[in-house]
Amino acid sequence: MPQIPGLLKGLGVTWKTMWQPAVTVPYPHVKEAPPTRARGVIALKEENCTVCMLCARQCPDWCIYIEGYKDKAPPRREGGKPRTVQKLDRFDIDYSLCMYCGICVEVCPFDALFWSPEFEYSEVKIADLLHDKNKLGEWMETVPEPPPLEAGAEVKKGAKK
Amino acid sequence: MLGLDLTAYWATTTIKVLVVLSLIPAGAIILGYVFLLKMMSWMQSRMGPMEAGPRGSLQLVADGVKFMQKEDIFPARADRFVFAAAPIVVLMSTFLLYIVIPAGPRLIVEDLDTGIFFALAVSSLSVLGILMAGWSSANKYSLIGALRAAGQLIAYELPLVLAVVGVVVQAGTMSLQGIVHAQADGEIFGIGLIGNPYILTQFVGFVVFLAAAQAELTQTPFDMPVAESELVAGYMTEYTGFRFLFFFMAEFGTAFAFSAIGATLFLGGWYVPGVEGTLADILGPFVLGAKIMAIAFLIFWIRFSYPRFREDQLQAFAWKYLIPISLVNIVATGILKVVF
Repeated sequence: MPQIPGLLKGLGVTWKTMWQPAVTVPYPHVKEAPPTRARGVIALKEENCTVCMLCARQCPDWCIYIEGYKDKAPPRREGGKPRTVQKLDRFDIDYSLCMYCGICVEVCPFDALFWSPEFEYSEVKIADLLHDKNKLGEWMETVPEPPPLEAGAEVKKGAKK
Repeated sequence: MLGLDLTAYWATTTIKVLVVLSLIPAGAIILGYVFLLKMMSWMQSRMGPMEAGPRGSLQLVADGVKFMQKEDIFPARADRFVFAAAPIVVLMSTFLLYIVIPAGPRLIVEDLDTGIFFALAVSSLSVLGILMAGWSSANKYSLIGALRAAGQLIAYELPLVLAVVGVVVQAGTMSLQGIVHAQADGEIFGIGLIGNPYILTQFVGFVVFLAAAQAELTQTPFDMPVAESELVAGYMTEYTGFRFLFFFMAEFGTAFAFSAIGATLFLGGWYVPGVEGTLADILGPFVLGAKIMAIAFLIFWIRFSYPRFREDQLQAFAWKYLIPISLVNIVATGILKVVF
């Protein structure tokens, strides 16, 4: 019976596992610490947004609603013309549609969208899952610091400190 | 007491029926909670139910209440009478098993002279209920499951009986109470300190009994009849509500009863060395309970550790290994019985 050592080994595995503490986190009683790059909720850094609409157009679910307007900003140098900038009237993400693919975060050319690991934003009414730009801005506080660059990697030229 | 004569036939019978009727769900809930819910979870690095009652201990009670509330559905083309009767037949086989199990020197429903024979006979009644359930469901997968169950239970009935024969030969009696006494008074090489629990002298029989009981209970390495993934619980597929609850209770009630028979045959039943007389009457059920849990632990440990046998492997295991081994065991026991 060559199978017997393997059979006993199998019993040993379950026996050992039985005495180890469970990996389960009993969630409502104990809050789980999600991994730092977990996809919990998308945060919006409003001042970086240029209303380019890339995120809204790439969104597979069409769950991002953007309206913007042109505004004048003071010139960069003395005596220059006032600059034209785009500002947000509305930036809504409908989390009842969002499928957490993260394409919007990826395509944003100006680093206005970030993943936050926060996940406790369930609502009683489905309409309340539409987060407006103020609410999306509040999530910015929960966005973790970006991971440190790898050794030898250069900081991007002209990056604002 | 209260003007009732508790020794009257109807009074003792009522008490016995009530005790056994409450033992089946109690045993099923204990085994279901301790092993199915908790131990299996720990072996899979989970916690199991934690919310219903302290550490989830009332989960099965809650499940039972849920089953009672469910709609009682008959499949459109089912044979209604047979369909309704099947779970009762299965539960009745479990119920009858409890009659001959002794829980103390005087705590036994009926000490039959052919106790173990009776137990093994009524345990095979469940095959009938399972076949009725599979046939009357008017569902081909239920029928496949029932036929698999019938093939398996008949194949494993044999090693089960043959493993028990070794014990019967050594004890010289078929009464379970007599087997307990034979173990209590037994001696190993002239030393009678702990009696002679037959697990020591009948170890081969014990292993065969355990494997065959595992198959009789359709616990996992032998769970082809109820294979979740291919037959969707086999003969139970069409059952809902309290009829399904009957099958569930019968499964775990039978596991409890088979553990009790195993504990009685091989671990000395209610007997612990040094406990005699009235004290044995009081301690007996607890001692038997502890031994039941030990046997049930083995059964469920194996259940949670191994994957399912294929049908041919399952049959080969019974006919090619268990039956020859138990036959050799009987011969060896007989020879030794004559020699010593």
